[in-house]
Amino acid sequence: MTVAAGIGLGERQAGAGAPPPAVTERRSRRKLTPYLLLVPGMAWLAIFFIAPIVTLLSTSTQTRPEGAEIGVFTQTFRFANYLDALEGYGPEFGRSFLYALLATVLALAISYPLAYAIAFKAGRWRNLLLVLVVAPFFVSFLLRTVAWKQILADDAWVADLLRALSVIGPQTHIINSAPAVVIGITYNFLPFMILPIYASLERVDPRLMEAAGDLYSSALTTFRKVTIPLSMPGIVAGTLLTFIPAAGDYVNSALLGNKDTTMVGNVIDSRFLRVVDYPTAAVLSVTLMASILVLVGFYIRRAGTEELV
Amino acid sequence: MKHLPEDPMIRELVRAQLSRRALLRGAGGVGVAAALAACGTGGGTAATASKPKPAVKDRSASDKIVRWANWPAYLDYDEKSKKYPTLEQFQQKTGIKASYAEDVDDNDSYYGKVQGQLKNGQDIGKDVIVLTDWMAGRMVRQGYVQKLDKANIPNATNLNPALQDVDFDKGRNYSLTWQSGYAGLAYRKDKVGRELKTISDLWAPDLKGKVVVLSEFRDTVGLLMMEQGVDISANFSEDDFNKGLDELQKQVDSGQIRQVKGNSYLEDLRSGNAIAAIGWSGDILLARFEEEDDNYTFTLPESGGTLWSDNLMVPIASPHKKNAETLMNYYYDPTVAATVAAYVNYICPVDGAKAAMEKIDPSLVDSPLIFPTEADLAKVKGFRTLSPDEETTYSEAFQKVIGN
Repeated sequence: MTVAAGIGLGERQAGAGAPPPAVTERRSRRKLTPYLLLVPGMAWLAIFFIAPIVTLLSTSTQTRPEGAEIGVFTQTFRFANYLDALEGYGPEFGRSFLYALLATVLALAISYPLAYAIAFKAGRWRNLLLVLVVAPFFVSFLLRTVAWKQILADDAWVADLLRALSVIGPQTHIINSAPAVVIGITYNFLPFMILPIYASLERVDPRLMEAAGDLYSSALTTFRKVTIPLSMPGIVAGTLLTFIPAAGDYVNSALLGNKDTTMVGNVIDSRFLRVVDYPTAAVLSVTLMASILVLVGFYIRRAGTEELV
Repeated sequence: MKHLPEDPMIRELVRAQLSRRALLRGAGGVGVAAALAACGTGGGTAATASKPKPAVKDRSASDKIVRWANWPAYLDYDEKSKKYPTLEQFQQKTGIKASYAEDVDDNDSYYGKVQGQLKNGQDIGKDVIVLTDWMAGRMVRQGYVQKLDKANIPNATNLNPALQDVDFDKGRNYSLTWQSGYAGLAYRKDKVGRELKTISDLWAPDLKGKVVVLSEFRDTVGLLMMEQGVDISANFSEDDFNKGLDELQKQVDSGQIRQVKGNSYLEDLRSGNAIAAIGWSGDILLARFEEEDDNYTFTLPESGGTLWSDNLMVPIASPHKKNAETLMNYYYDPTVAATVAAYVNYICPVDGAKAAMEKIDPSLVDSPLIFPTEADLAKVKGFRTLSPDEETTYSEAFQKVIGN
């Protein structure tokens, strides 16, 4: 729809006829300026995004000749590399997206009430609460994950407490398990969910909610029909900011997981550094990027991004 | 002894975050790192295995510096002055300024980091690097290190004869041993409640889920193979390797082995998540010393332990080779070597250091972990050098078993 409208607009402009020459010159220079302003950004993208993508794609179809030195690969355009990798690492892909999805849903469930409270109920505590949400960023991502390792350790109080309450058996670990990985991912990406939701809730005009009340809408209906739709941009932005990095994450699985929680990121790490198998690492990276792109594409089409600012 | 986490992987990542130059790598994750690394090597389409031939002139005479990359806690360090005493002495004696960095905490990741530059014959900003036998072998084979001029290292004759003729560098033309150590059984005696003597002792039912092993297959699978009666230093077959790997698979799948992720085994031992492990001798001595707990025990299994060494080498395109050789010569002086050994607690490769130790710390003269006897050394084996094909196959199979 928007595209069609754009074309229509262009036609209308073209159809308006040629303006006097002097104006054209100024106008064409004015037309050029935005493109010139784009040059630094485009150059940056070309060097740091397009060039690496091209080498990544080219590496992904290379093979290691029999008996060749480690780290030596030749370009053989072997697209079967992709089939091999998908066949070998299907479960890891599934796990990456499953964990990312679970973490996103959990983060949303935790963040929405929190963001709502900060936006509407916090009063003069609002700024302090916002600082607290951002505070974890002052500590390195890794150190925070290592801290979870201590918190969930076999001898730590969490495990002791759960054992005392018979929630888990005496031999069950919390650390080195799938739930630990999901907990870690949820925790690490929580601020990325809270902040966009807060930003969009904060812009909601409270008078709209009052108006809904005046029209005999119950609190729940107001929430469902007014608050949620108005905060949709924040929800979409937050879920994207959580899901995308979570699907590619490998630190949480490496530190908090076990051999059955391996995610694609871990396989890429081991292929690239341990086995020195650059083609497979490249294949997995390309596939991960492509599948995230497709998933996000569908999601955005469904959710709409007109107001994603 | 900087206060970084023990697990080399975390340490690597923390450092990647701290270092500005590595920021892209740390922030962008492995995908970006892979792409950039491929980018740095000219499109990643190196079809030939031709060795780099950089045109580097040795500037040692005018440029009096030497840049050394070593592993953490691997050189005598004085907490009070925050300096490395032997290195200070070296600078005073030779007038060569040494910059020392604990840059290597994992053979594989260090290789991944510098391989692109070495391949193109570029200076990696280091004049001396320290890597384990098998990785040292790979560097020599690929032509990534410079041939040493023994005339500049007269003390090289002090190298222990047993280490003189290693299979990855016959006649020691490219490398000199820095320190050696063992892999074997590591456990907390009080928590296990008994002595562990063989690798099979780790598979006792009461240790289920409390055992961790090294993520270095030459040590972990090597020890399993030795228990099955295979000589890992001889020409064993792929079947022999696979039998060892099968045993590992069995123990990992049954949950006996808790996990094999990175080299976090020492952290797991210290936190109590694990109480028995396949680990390295020096690590356990360090844990015993730092935790002031004599229950940290290291012992060689009855079927024998593995022996590894780390080696000093000069990377290709280093313009300070002579300075690097001067440094090596200095550390092959028996007194200096004994001073280092007294701190790091690993096997000292320098003959005469034992006599020199009498004056430095008489209590360590009889330490079997620093100066092993012939009988001690008869119990350990080094993993033989693998061909590139074997190395790729074995490491891939091992990574699959441990879940990567």
